[in-house]
Formats: sequence, C-alpha cells, structure tokens
Amino acid sequence: MRSGEKKMDSVLINENPIIYPKRPRRVRTDQSNTDEFSIPLTNLLFYIRDPEHPKLSLEDLNVLTEESVEVDDDKSYVRITFTPTLPHCHLPTPIGLCLIAKLVQSLPARFKVDVRVAPGSHDKEKTVNKQLGDKERVAAGLENPDLVALLNTMMQV
Amino acid sequence: MTLMDKNLGLVEVQKLEGHTDRVWNVAWNPAADGVLASCSADKTVRIWEQSSLTRSWTCKAVLEGTHTRTVKSLAWSPCGKLLATASFDGTTCVWENFATDSESVSVLQVHESEVKSVSWNASGSLLATCGRDKSVWIWEILPEYEFDCSAVLTGHSEDVKMVLWHPTMNVLFSCSYDNTIKIWCSEDEDGDYNCVQTLGESNNGHSSTVWSISFNAAGDKMVTCSDDLTVKIWKTDISRMQSGEGYVPWTHVCTLSGFHDRTIYSVHWSRDGVIASGAGDDTIQLFVDSNSDSVDRPSYKLLLKKEKAHEKDVNSVQWAPDKESRLLASASDDKMVKIWKLASEP
Repeated sequence: MRSGEKKMDSVLINENPIIYPKRPRRVRTDQSNTDEFSIPLTNLLFYIRDPEHPKLSLEDLNVLTEESVEVDDDKSYVRITFTPTLPHCHLPTPIGLCLIAKLVQSLPARFKVDVRVAPGSHDKEKTVNKQLGDKERVAAGLENPDLVALLNTMMQV
Repeated sequence: MTLMDKNLGLVEVQKLEGHTDRVWNVAWNPAADGVLASCSADKTVRIWEQSSLTRSWTCKAVLEGTHTRTVKSLAWSPCGKLLATASFDGTTCVWENFATDSESVSVLQVHESEVKSVSWNASGSLLATCGRDKSVWIWEILPEYEFDCSAVLTGHSEDVKMVLWHPTMNVLFSCSYDNTIKIWCSEDEDGDYNCVQTLGESNNGHSSTVWSISFNAAGDKMVTCSDDLTVKIWKTDISRMQSGEGYVPWTHVCTLSGFHDRTIYSVHWSRDGVIASGAGDDTIQLFVDSNSDSVDRPSYKLLLKKEKAHEKDVNSVQWAPDKESRLLASASDDKMVKIWKLASEP
C-alpha cells in the first residue's frame, strides 16, 4: 500500500507498528509544582489505546512519553504534545480529540488545555494543530456518534 | 458618569442559570427592553425577560425539541418579533410568538453540515446563514414565513464562523477559519451578490481564524477578533458608499494586541463607542477611542479588563441596544449567562 492512501476496509495504515519497551515512571519529587497533576495525568493518558491497534497503548507506541505532558498548576495550564507513529497517517485527529476529551473529563474546570502534534512529526502538523485548537470544531466532532464510539473504544480500561 | 471616569468598572448585575451545557451566544431583542435570548450546546434556546417591578431577569421560555444538536447562534429580526437560530444539526429555525407559546414557524434546511451563524439585514427582508460547508446563503423572506434562497455564496476556503449584515446597507460580511473577512454585495441590476473585497493577511488582516465582527453605530467602522489573539479595527468612507458611488473598500486602522492570551471569540461595539471583547482567557475587556472627540487619528485604548468574568471561556459579549443602560450580556463555557453594567464602582 502506498503511503498516504486512506485506510480502506480492514487494511491498516500502520501494519507493523514499533512497540517500545516500557520506561520506568519518574519518581515524584515534592519540589516541582507540576508533579501533583502531571504524574497522575500521564498515567491516565498513557493507557489510551491506539485507534488502529486496540491492544496497544499510546505509551507502547511512543505516541506519548513523559515529556509529552507539561503541567503548570499555578497558571492552570496543560499542554500535551504527541507523536503520531507515521508522518503521513490520518489518525492524529482522533488521537488528539481523544486526548482532549480525556483531559476535559479528568481535569478541574479551571485548566486550559492545548493538544498538539510534536513539531516535525507529521506532514499535516499545522492543519491538525489548528483543528485541535478550534474548540467549536472539536465540539462538533465530539457530537459525531461514530467518532464518539471510536473514542470510547480508545478510552476503555 | 463618563467614559473618562476613573472608577469605571464592569459590575455583575445578575447570573442567569439554566442552561445545562456551554452557552455559545446571547442576543438582546432590539425592540423590547430587557429581553435577551441565549443558545447552548444543550440544544435549547432560552428567552430571559427583565421584570419591570424587581428589575431582575427570569427565564420566560425554553425553546426545545426542534434542534437536535448544539444551537450555536441566534439573531432577532429588527422588529423583534422573530428569532432565527442556527444549529450544528444543519438547520436554521425561525421562531415567533414568545408572549404566548413560542413556535417554530419555519425550518431552513440547506447547509450540508453545521450552521454557525445567522443574521438579519436592517430592514428584516433578508436573512443570511453560514457554516462548516464553507458557504454563505442569503434568503428572502416572503409572506407566511416562506423563505426563498436568493444566493449561495462560495469563496471562503474553510468553515465560515459568522455572517453579519451592515447596519444600514445591504452589504454582507463573513469571517472564517480561512483567516479572512469577506465582503459581499450586489453591484449590478441582477441583484447577484459577489465578493467585492477580501481582508486577509496582505491587507493587515488576521493570521488565524476570525471569529467575530461588529460595527459601530455609524456603520463606518468595524471591529474583528481572532484566534491570532488580536482585535482589529477597520474603516470605510460610508458617505461615499451611501451616495451611490459603488463599493468603497475597507481599510485597516489599527491592531490591538497583547491584551488577551487565548482565542478571542467575540467582539461587540456599543452605540456609545465602547468595544467589548470576550475570550478563552475568561476575561472581558473594554476598549475605547481616546481621541473620539477630536479630529486626531483614532487611538484605541484599554478602558478596563475584567479578570475571571466567567469560570471558563467567554464565548459571546453583547451590549444592550439602548443608549442609556450600558448593560452588557456575556455567555460562557461555564453554562452561565451574565448581565453586567458599566458603571462607577462604589
């Protein structure tokens, strides 16, 4: 299958994903104001399943690493930077939407959230980041029953 | 109290609770004092009225069961008897009869995806709608609440966030996820609307999604706001245009930046010249032209900043249409509508 082709039927975009060994989680230190949220948040997000490979998590595929999650508790701000497994796949949008949905469910209301793809990691980086940053488009997307069904599968524990 | 008063503040008058999800927009009835409508992701529209006795607002009606998805935007007709609502379900509904039982008198089903905005022209004879399908539609209103599509305007390359008719002329403005503002009017006898100007980055326009447009009372200035974190002021020579010279282009006057640090969703220009802005940073900010009494070039300054106006993003700000009250309504992701008064703080 040529790269860049849309997923058809049961053919996967990423047939053979690289699975990364689990890294030990950072031990909590009490000095930083970010650790109270960043470690539990990281744990919540890491288990989200890949849309194409439901037995694999975003952590397994290195879509998210500990560096992906930046929390500033004083400013009530969270930024998630994720790395799609392939630079041309069309899956960053559902992954990004799932991250946004999970964060909104899990964080106190005062938090502002930005989710974006890691710079240089995807051909359509600007397009995807703009979509994920438009809350009206995100809200409309999250009203789509097919997308919601996919996101629920991804968030299944 | 004048705008130069040092103790000016935006005082919270009342919190209107009732919506069960984020409130996207509010609109004051132009013909009935103290009547406000709000629309929400909870799929309903609420009509709020101010009691002449207690002076406080209560919810007089909930318009529900018609839209099957988020109601994004709403607009009263100039006579105040009709309310048009735009929804993610792809339809625009027109409602009437609020004193008794509100009923939906017309459902316009055309956009292929979410409808984002609706606007009546000054005489109430035309309605415009726009949406994610990148198009802008113009409708003529016929007797018995029939609507006839008179134009489908394509030109934006992305989602159209808002449409707004000019306050005195049949010139239509639209703003979009494609970062531009487009101006449409009918220059020939056919009555066909065309895009006569596009305000983009090359004319000092915005560098990201433009969310909202508002005109000053005279209609010779316009304010726009964007995801690029700026508010921009534009002007035209309205007397030349009204004298039938043909279309007179709009030009950039100035850019207000560094005030909001998240997407600015809404701007609204009051009849006495105060610009209100509402943004994702939970603030409402007010700006005025400090040179408005002189012949000098305009100089827009921050009049005041209301931090934590809401618990979450401010999606809409709207001044009440009368000249005296200085009331401002705001809508937020925190599910509230708030009424504020611009007044000297005690």
